[in-house]
Amino acid sequence: MARPVLEIRGLRVGVEGREIVKGLDLTVRGGEVHAIMGPNGTGKSTFASALMGHPAYEVLGGSAMLDGKDLLEMAVDERARAGLFLAMQYPAEIAGVSNANFLRTALNARRGEDDPMPVLKFHKELQQKMRSLAIDPVFAERYVNEGFSGGEKKRNEILQMSVLGPRIAVLDEIDSGLDIDAVKVVAQGVNEMLSENFGVLIITHYQRILNFIKPTNVHVMMQGRIVRSAGPELAEELEARGYEWLRDALGIEEPLSQEA
Amino acid sequence: MSKPEITGVEEYQYGFHDRDVSVFNTGKGLRPEVVEAISKMKGEPDWMREFRLRSLEIFLEKPMPNFGGNLSDLNFEDITYYRRPSDQKGRTWEDVPTEIKDTFEKLGIPEAERKFLAGVSAQYDSEVVYHNIRKDLEDMGIVFLDTDSALREFPELFREYFGTIVPPEDNKFAALNSAVWSGGSFIYVPKGVEAKVPLQAYFRINASQMGQFERTLIIVDEDAMVHYVEGCTAPIYSESSLHSAVVEIVVKKNARCRYTTIQNWAPNVYNLVTKRAVAHEHATMEWIDGNIGSQLTMKYPSVYMVGEGAHAHVLSIAVAGRGQHQDAGAKAVHLAPNTTSTIISKSISRAGGRTTYRGLVHFGENVQGSKAKVNCDTLIFDDGSKADTIPVNEVLDNRVTMEHEATVSKVSEEQLFYLKSRGLTEEEATRMIVMGFIEPFTKELPMEYAVEMNRLIKLEMVGSVG
Repeated sequence: MARPVLEIRGLRVGVEGREIVKGLDLTVRGGEVHAIMGPNGTGKSTFASALMGHPAYEVLGGSAMLDGKDLLEMAVDERARAGLFLAMQYPAEIAGVSNANFLRTALNARRGEDDPMPVLKFHKELQQKMRSLAIDPVFAERYVNEGFSGGEKKRNEILQMSVLGPRIAVLDEIDSGLDIDAVKVVAQGVNEMLSENFGVLIITHYQRILNFIKPTNVHVMMQGRIVRSAGPELAEELEARGYEWLRDALGIEEPLSQEA
Repeated sequence: MSKPEITGVEEYQYGFHDRDVSVFNTGKGLRPEVVEAISKMKGEPDWMREFRLRSLEIFLEKPMPNFGGNLSDLNFEDITYYRRPSDQKGRTWEDVPTEIKDTFEKLGIPEAERKFLAGVSAQYDSEVVYHNIRKDLEDMGIVFLDTDSALREFPELFREYFGTIVPPEDNKFAALNSAVWSGGSFIYVPKGVEAKVPLQAYFRINASQMGQFERTLIIVDEDAMVHYVEGCTAPIYSESSLHSAVVEIVVKKNARCRYTTIQNWAPNVYNLVTKRAVAHEHATMEWIDGNIGSQLTMKYPSVYMVGEGAHAHVLSIAVAGRGQHQDAGAKAVHLAPNTTSTIISKSISRAGGRTTYRGLVHFGENVQGSKAKVNCDTLIFDDGSKADTIPVNEVLDNRVTMEHEATVSKVSEEQLFYLKSRGLTEEEATRMIVMGFIEPFTKELPMEYAVEMNRLIKLEMVGSVG
C-alpha cells in the first residue's frame, strides 16, 4: 500500500457561528511525526475534532484529503475506516460494554463482514498489546473508560490506536494529566507503530512528550492559524523561551490564556 | 374492536401465522356458558367449575384498572376465549400436528430443547400441544406438567396452592384468567432437589382476536432450586389479541426460584399479566423480566417475603418502539424481619414508544433489619418518545433501609461520536450503547438466551436511527 498522506488546505472551522480555525494548511505523510503546539484556546482541539467529523463543529471552508479521498465528504465512521484515528482529549464512557468487545467490534467494522478477526487471535493480540502499554489485563473486561483514571483513559486511547492500526493518527493532548512514567509508556506505544505506513499528528500544549516521541515537524498555532513551522528545534526553543516570545516576535496582540 | 395502527411490522420477525387448524372453539365473547364449556371439555372436578364461574362474576363486577395504559379499545366481546388446536398432546414432536410443529420449528424450540433445556412445554392458543421433561429430572422427582394435566394427576397438591397466591379477587384480569384459564405450566420441585438446567415454556398465539389465558403454578420445596424460562410470540393481525396469564409461585424455606421471561408478543397484543411469588424463610425469588413486544404490557412481578431473611430480586427491561406502551415494574413486599429486595429496571423508549416504570416497595410491621434497593434507568432515543417512573414506597416500620436511584439519559452525542470515530456505523454504535445499557439484564440470562436477546434488540434497532 502506498505511503499515507493527509493534506489539509485552507481549513476553516466554526463553532456556533464563531470561526475558530481560520485557514489551516498541513501535510502529514507516513513516517512523519508532526506536532502542533500552541497556547490554549487557539483552535488546536477544534481542528482535531472537526477533522474527525464531530457534529458540533462546522467546516466553513477548505479541504482535507486522506490518500486523495475527501474526508469532509465522509461520515465519521467512514473517516475512521479510511484510516484516520483521533485519540481524544476526553474519551466518552460506555457503560456495560467491555473494552474487548468494543475493540473487536471496531476492528471487525474495518475488516468487513466477510473477514472477521478470529476471537482467540484477537484476545491474544490484545493481551500482548496491553502488556506493552503496561495496562492491567483486567481492563479488557472493564467497561469502556468507565471509572478509568485520566491516565488510564489516555493509555486506553493508545491501545485502541495500536489495535486498529490507522494510517494517520491525531493525538489530541494525549499527554495532559499524565505523570512522566505514563508519558513514557504512551510515547513508547506510538514509537512502536512508527513506519512508512503510519503518520502521527501530536497536538500538545507542552514540549515534554516530544522528548520521547521525536517529531519531524513542529508547528505553532495561534488564533486559528499555523503561525510558524520548523523542525524539532522549534519545540525546544518554545520550551526555553515560552509562547510569549513567539507571540511578540510575530506581533500578535491577543493575550495568551494561562493554564496550570 | 377498532383497528389499531399496525406497528413495528417491518421489525417483527414472528408475525407469520398458520391457517386455523383448531378442532374446537367457544366462539367470540364471554358468557357463563363459555366458562361451562371450557370446564366440561376439560372434564374438570366440580370445585374448579365453580371456581371458574365465581371468578367470572368477579370479573364482570370489577372495574377496569384506573392506572397503566389505554385499554379503551379492548373489547371483551371480540375475543375468543378458548380454542383447542389439537386433540392430542405430544411427548415427542412427531406427535404434534405437522403445521403446529413447523411453527415451533421456525421458532427454534425443538432445537433449543435438544441443546440446553431440561424440559419443554409448548402452548398453541389455549392448549399445550407438546410437553416433555428429561428423564433424569423426572427421576429426581421433579414434576413438570401442563397445568390441566396437573389438576388431574396431582389434585391435592394442586388444590392446596391454586388460587392462593393470586386469588380471583386480586384484580379484573386475574379474575378473567381464573374464569377461562387453560394450559400453562405446573412445576413441583421436591425438597433438596436442584434442577441445574432450565425448564422452558413457550407460548404461541396463532388465531386472530385470540385470548390466551395460561395459568402457571410453581412450588419449590425446601432447599430446592429451579430455573424456569418462558418465551412468547404471536402473529401480527390488524385486530388485537389478549394475553392474560396468572403465575403463582411458592418458594419454601431456603429454596430458590428464578423465573425468566422474554416477552416478544406481536404489536397487536394486549399483555396483562399477574405474576406473584411468596418467599418463605431464607428463600430467594428472582424475576428476570424482559419486555420487548406487545401493544400494551401491564405487568409487575411481585414477591411477598413472608419468612425471615427472604430475598427478592427483580430485574426488568422494557423496550418500547412505535405504538408500544410498556407499563412494567415490580413489587417487593417485606412482611418479615431481615428480608432484602433489589429491583433493577431498565427502560428504553424509541420511535415514539412509551415506557412506565411502576413499582411498589412495601415494608409491613415488624420487619426490622429489612432492606430494599430500587434502581431505575431510562434511555430515551428521541423527543417523541416518553418515559415515566412511578415508584411507590410504603413503610410501616422505620427500622428498615430503603435506597432509590433513578436516571434518565438520552443517547449522547459524545458517545455516538466516540464509537463512530472507531469505525462503527451509527446503527452499530447505537446498538452498542443499548446493549451496554441492558447488560445487567443480559448477563443474567443463560448464554443461549443472551444471544437471542441480543438478536432481538438488534432487530428492534433496525431503522431506529436516521
